[in-house]
This record gives sequence, structure tokens and C-alpha cells, in this order.
Amino acid sequence: METTPQFFRHGPSSLVRLAFFIQLSLVLMVVDTHFKYLYEVRQAITVALYPVQSFAYLPITISNLADDFFIAQNLADENARFKQRHLIDSGKLQQFSALVIENEHLRKLLEATPRNKSKTIMAEIRSVPRDPFNLTIILDKGLQNGVQNGQVIVDNLGVIGQITRTYPWSSEATLINDKDYSVPVQILRNGLRSVASGTGKYKTLELNYMANNVDIQEGDQLVTSGIGGVYPSGLPVALVSKIKRDVSSTFAYIICTTIAGADRNKQVLILSPQFRPESLTDSADIYLEDKESEKNDAH
Amino acid sequence: MTRTNYSKEEIILPAKGWFIILSLIVGLLLNLLPINESLLILRPDFVALVLLFWGTYQPQRVGMSVAFFMGLLMDVVNSSMFGQHALAYSVLIFIVLLLRRRIHVFGLLKQAPQIGLLLLFTQSIMLLTELLKRADFPGWHYFLASFTGMLLWPLISLLLKISHSPKYDPNAL
Repeated sequence: METTPQFFRHGPSSLVRLAFFIQLSLVLMVVDTHFKYLYEVRQAITVALYPVQSFAYLPITISNLADDFFIAQNLADENARFKQRHLIDSGKLQQFSALVIENEHLRKLLEATPRNKSKTIMAEIRSVPRDPFNLTIILDKGLQNGVQNGQVIVDNLGVIGQITRTYPWSSEATLINDKDYSVPVQILRNGLRSVASGTGKYKTLELNYMANNVDIQEGDQLVTSGIGGVYPSGLPVALVSKIKRDVSSTFAYIICTTIAGADRNKQVLILSPQFRPESLTDSADIYLEDKESEKNDAH
Repeated sequence: MTRTNYSKEEIILPAKGWFIILSLIVGLLLNLLPINESLLILRPDFVALVLLFWGTYQPQRVGMSVAFFMGLLMDVVNSSMFGQHALAYSVLIFIVLLLRRRIHVFGLLKQAPQIGLLLLFTQSIMLLTELLKRADFPGWHYFLASFTGMLLWPLISLLLKISHSPKYDPNAL
């Protein structure tokens, strides 16, 4: 059925080209997984595609605006609710700042190192990758906003993930349920430490290498232990959802469900290592400044 | 009958360069739209669909190199391994170049299942590369995207054909 003569054919045959492209992509894949050479290329392409990415985000922006417009009548209601909430929260915060000061004090007495403090950057989730293999999210804040690799992402309930790639105006975060990912955790109830590893499945983590007779129950809350220095301590991570103690194996099979999730919220917080929620530490600041000035006076 | 169809398709006007680029960008845009988890499984790979269309109708314009390049862009925006989409797309276009004459013979609706198979094949390549990276099998619903892509094919090809369907005048040539 070779009825159409291929008049303008030139260059290498398509089979040769296919072989070339296959080899090139295989090389790229190997280089990308094992070396860091392609980071700049990735960065350049991201910057070039930034307009497209922002444009794709436009419907969300518009729908947000529309929402704002249409729910104006509910605002009074919402405002009242938030006021009430604010009152409750500020009550708690007062207690909290007292506790912060007390904790500082006790730690000083114990000569323990002070807890890590960090500052936060608010970011929005730009997009979620298409295929189920990439447990990552793209955020709308990048190097320009002070986002750095390794920073931790949380929402109002707990840890979501960690920044793994940064670009000038956006960044990429890997979720904690990624297969190659683990978080040092602690059981809130008894302080038992472990490491929660991602499983690659939706909202699921597992605790490896915990002995069969370990003191853990379904419903136990896991919080970050702060060991390793990447995560500030005390952030909620997951709830233990399933424990299987098999006598024939050395370790128990423990499955946990993450508390926070990238699917729930549009807004997330990026914590940098010097975390300190500003509103609640004013008094602590004053207290510490006083302390410092006292120290300086003494010298 | 097939014969006339065949020669009619061959007269199709060359698409304008800017239109091809625009359609690829729109495809990329549709792939990037932020949508929620449940719809995400159903979202077809629009870039692959657009590439398929141009590979079928304008193979001189959109060949393996364009497919490879678009694959690299997809790899970046999708934050997957560099070269993964590029590999899948260039193989896809290669197969389309082989099969395009056969695809031309059928009407849009009959083309759809064949396109579906090609999309399935593309997804399998991506799955394979991921499995080599020791990822877990994500479940059969992963392939649903090919199915929706197949359903969208007639619509997408109608839209893309508008730009360069000949103003019918057999004597013009």
C-alpha cells in the first residue's frame, strides 16, 4: 500500500531518530536520578513556563474572587464566628506564651539547649502532578520569598511534607507519604520514639522496626520528635490506624494515617528553622530581651 | 470509498506554525489545571492527545523532536524524572508515524479506540519507568486516563481540524 511517495524526506530515518531519542531520554533519566546536574535546566524551564502555570491557576483565582463576592452576605455571620474563635484562641495563646516563658526558664535551669524557633511563610498550592507516582505539590512561593530546600510544610492540622526543589517563584514539596521519605516521630501518649516512613499510598505511613510487644495502640497520635533537626518538635503527623502483631515476625506491622493532607487545604505554611509565631511570643520576647540586658549589665 | 477518503485527507492544508504551538501550550495548560484528587485520576494527558493529533495529520511539522521537547516540559511541570515523559512521547509519535496512514482511513469515532490503545501504551511506558524506579503499582484505575483521553479524541481532533480544513475547492490545485 505504498501509494504516497515521500517527496521531501530527508535526514535520518525515523527508526534511527527513535533510537537516538530513546537513548537520550534514558541517559537523562539516569543522570536525573543519580546526579544533580540537571537542576539548572529544570529551573530554567520552570521560569520559562511560569506564565503558563500562573495562567492555569487563573480559574482558581477567579472562582475565589467570585466566592468572595457571593458570600458577602454570610460575612457578618462568619465574622461573629471568627471573633468567638479568636477569643478562645487568644485565651489559649496567653496560656501558651506563659508556658513558653516557663519552658524557656526551665530549660535554662536544666541548661538544656533552647527549642528551635522558626518563622513561617504562607503559601498556596499551585498544582498537584498528574500521575500517582509523584507525591509532590507545587507551591506558589519560591526562592524570591525566602523558601529553601528542606523547609517543612504544615497546615492547620499537622505536617504535610518538605520542600525538595526550589525555583525563583515556585517550589516543589514532597508529601510525607512518599515512598522515599521518613519523619522522626514520637508517640504523644508515652514519648516513644520511632521513624514513620511513607508508603507511597494515599495518606498512609508505616512505623518500621517496632518490636511486637511495643506499647502502642490504635488511635495513638504521632508528633514530630525534633530529632534530626529538620522538623521542629511537637508537630502532629499521623494517627495510628492499624496494628498487626504477628508472633512469627520480629516486628509489629503498624500503619498510620496522616492527619494533615494536601487535598484538604489550598493554603499551607512553610516553616523555616527559626520558627516563632509572632503574635504569641511578644511577651516572651520582652522577657528574653530583659534577660539579655540583665546579662549585659552583669558583664 | 476508502480511497476517496484517503486522498481527501491528504489535501488537508498545512496548519499554521503558531496554531500548533498554541495548541501544545493549551494542552500543557490543561494538564496543569489544579483540580481535585478524584478528577485527577480521570484527567487525560492533553499534551499526548495534541501531539497525537499533529503526529497523525502534520507529521512534517510535529515529529519526534517536538514530542521529546514537550516531554521534557511535562517532566518539569509534573516534577517527574527528567526524560520520562520525553521517552513516552517520542515512542508514541514514532508509532503514530508508522500507523498514521491507517488511522486516516477511519472516521473520528472509529479512530478513538486506536488512539485509546496508543494512550494506553504511552501510560504503560511511564508505568514501566516508574516500576524500574521501584515504585508500587498504583492500581488499575491509573489507566482510566487513557479511557477518558479516548473519549475526548473526536472532540479534540474536531477542534484542531477547524484551523486547517480546506475551503473546499477541488479545482484550486
